Amino acid sequence: MYQHHSAQLPDGKRLHLQQGPIDLIIAAEGTETEVQKAFEQANLVFDGLLARLVLDLGALRSPYSADLLVHGDVAQRMVRAVAPFASQFVTPMAAVAGSVADHVCQHICKTCDLTKLYVNNGGDIALFLASGESYRVGLVADVEQPDLNGTIDITADQGIGGIASSGWKGRSHSFGIADTVTVLADCAAEADVAATLIANAVNLPACDKITRQPAHSLDLDSDLGERLVTVDVKRLSADEVEEALSAGEAQAQEYLAQGLIKACALTLQGSTRVVGTMCLPTILQSTQLNQLEGAQL
Amino acid sequence: MTEQEKNSVVQCDACPVRCRIKFGRAGACDRYANLDGELARVDPLVIVERAKKDGEKLIPFLSKEHEWSGDIVVADQHFVTAVGAGTTYPDYKPAPFIVSSEVNGIDMVTVVTEGIFSYCGVKIKIDTDRHLGHEQATVRCEGEAVGHVTTGEYGSQMLSLGGVEHLTGGSKKEGRVTCQCLLDLCNGQAVTLNVDDGVEIVVQAGQPPIINGVKEERMRVGCGSATIGMFAKQWRDHVDDVVVVDDHITGVMSEHQAGKLLDVEPSGIVIKGRRSTPGRYFQVASPGTGWGGTDIDDPLSILGDFKEKEAKPGQSLLMVSTTGEHFGYFELDDTLKPVEKELPDELKASVMRIQENCEPAMCSVMFIGGAGGSLRAGVTENPVKLTKSVKDTLTHVTSGGADVFIWPGGGITYMVDVTTMPENSFGYVPTPALVAPIEFSMRLDDYQALGGHMDSVQKLEDVLAATKIRQVGQNQEASWPMASKHYEWGPEG
Repeated sequence: MYQHHSAQLPDGKRLHLQQGPIDLIIAAEGTETEVQKAFEQANLVFDGLLARLVLDLGALRSPYSADLLVHGDVAQRMVRAVAPFASQFVTPMAAVAGSVADHVCQHICKTCDLTKLYVNNGGDIALFLASGESYRVGLVADVEQPDLNGTIDITADQGIGGIASSGWKGRSHSFGIADTVTVLADCAAEADVAATLIANAVNLPACDKITRQPAHSLDLDSDLGERLVTVDVKRLSADEVEEALSAGEAQAQEYLAQGLIKACALTLQGSTRVVGTMCLPTILQSTQLNQLEGAQL
Repeated sequence: MTEQEKNSVVQCDACPVRCRIKFGRAGACDRYANLDGELARVDPLVIVERAKKDGEKLIPFLSKEHEWSGDIVVADQHFVTAVGAGTTYPDYKPAPFIVSSEVNGIDMVTVVTEGIFSYCGVKIKIDTDRHLGHEQATVRCEGEAVGHVTTGEYGSQMLSLGGVEHLTGGSKKEGRVTCQCLLDLCNGQAVTLNVDDGVEIVVQAGQPPIINGVKEERMRVGCGSATIGMFAKQWRDHVDDVVVVDDHITGVMSEHQAGKLLDVEPSGIVIKGRRSTPGRYFQVASPGTGWGGTDIDDPLSILGDFKEKEAKPGQSLLMVSTTGEHFGYFELDDTLKPVEKELPDELKASVMRIQENCEPAMCSVMFIGGAGGSLRAGVTENPVKLTKSVKDTLTHVTSGGADVFIWPGGGITYMVDVTTMPENSFGYVPTPALVAPIEFSMRLDDYQALGGHMDSVQKLEDVLAATKIRQVGQNQEASWPMASKHYEWGPEG
């Protein structure tokens, strides 16, 4: 018996693993034998993962530096993922969800012969597509009013291994005001860090319509310490929305030029910008929404 | 908020992260929160302040009544059962809840209603060899006739209770008592029943029966003859003869085919009773609650004198019941009279083996009821089409979300194991009749095709948002009502 919760969803195609703050939905496609094997391997690699991660938690909550010492596999992934972004303040915690997804996804790919696989860790998704395969991914612009606002088709030849989203209303705290920033990248860990930092950049530093509080006043254990995080954003003018989105877009363009991300969509109060020409999202009419397959952010 | 409250921090121990959670905030998982200074579990993605504002339910952390199983509720795993749905009897109006949800891209509809069943009853299987009463004997509750003893099954006695004759066909009191008796049995309560010329028995679904004040532990391993067949090899080298005492068929090793094959010598034993075939005897005693479902306490009372030609002084004999619960070991003295001795260790092991092979005795209660014309009218404007849709497996029937068995033939007559349903699924009306949940699930277009009340279909989310929802975990042994395998159009259809 495992310490974690493990259950196949009623459709028989997806596995749900959960322990503490980690919630994974894993969908595998291939022969029935390989899919079952994938679920077994998922349980094996997830077993004790959180407990090992917690051992390195102190170091993972400190700002990145080249000599940060961590021991666990997932912890090392997190440190590696934030390294290219460390010209500004960032802690390895920015990569936690994506790193867990990557770790589980890559372990399954190594041990099983599948055509498609995704590991969705609360919206941060690691995925694998065999040649010729594709996924259709749903986009949600506002987590407080979850609705599918668009879809992205991802094909195997694009080399996308991770999708992640960030925003001030999500689980983690943000310095910025983006409702959602969704990033496609080589792996989920890098997508996770990039989404966090681009969402931070979608901001209006001097605007009085934004309420901020020190992170530690909300969460004693926050890696952001006394830095101010967004707790409320009032209705902004069209100019303010454009200004904030432009700041975020500039950050996204920089990461795109450096090859750190493959594409990015930024949403703020109903306005959306897309960076990178690959996989332009289709914005859906509400009647089409039920037809979706695959991961939903 | 007082200063002290503001400063109150709860350390969560639900997972290794061990979040320190401030007053009114949730931990990293959003599942546990600091509610008024206490650790509480909150629904996924509902933070405490919002939950409090909206009056959403909060489950206290590990309170005695609601120990949390660790499962989270995933949106597409909701199934609305009919428990507490109410009904619109006489059902000329649409059923109380007609709910749609999307499962694997297919819009599914579940029509949820609580049926009023005046034609209904329970079949009870009681794992015991003890004689409860003669077949057809009346079974009473509080002195009123509520049913009868029906055909026994292998290793078990069967009762059939309820039905219109008792619910509405007898006196007012008989109807009221029958209704209460069925209600209690279906809701998993213990009920005391008396069988005419038989026993007093306490029946509770999923629990061992208590017969004349004694809790039944085990089912018999087999009849006396079967027991000889199963164990003769283990006895052959340790004892000269064995008698397995059983109300149905008492077996004798030395005469039984199994003993003959092992070259067991005749022992000169004489059994009082009607010989069926060699080594198998009917009616060695009257039925009762003693040895092997007979009325005897002294096993030697079923033996005649040993035949002098075949029996020898010192010869050994094991007598044992079909559950291994009763046993005795004897040796013949110089006058060929059996004298009780201590059971040798080798034989003790075989008696234990009989006990081990007896399954735990249990009472199982199956509710049986039929969905009548009026109930079906609440589902569709053309009731017979619903029956046809069920028979064609386009519509899947559940009761409180539990699997049911649908009888072949006309109408929708179903049977369900009450222990697989949510607690307290049943109610009653003073008619008297039982109120039981019943759900019909099908594809939206199949529902339309059978003349469904399309204007009354509600979205699952809207029903879940209603205030009086009781959420229960799914029974692990039941299948998911919406699983495509139940349907003609599913993968195995």
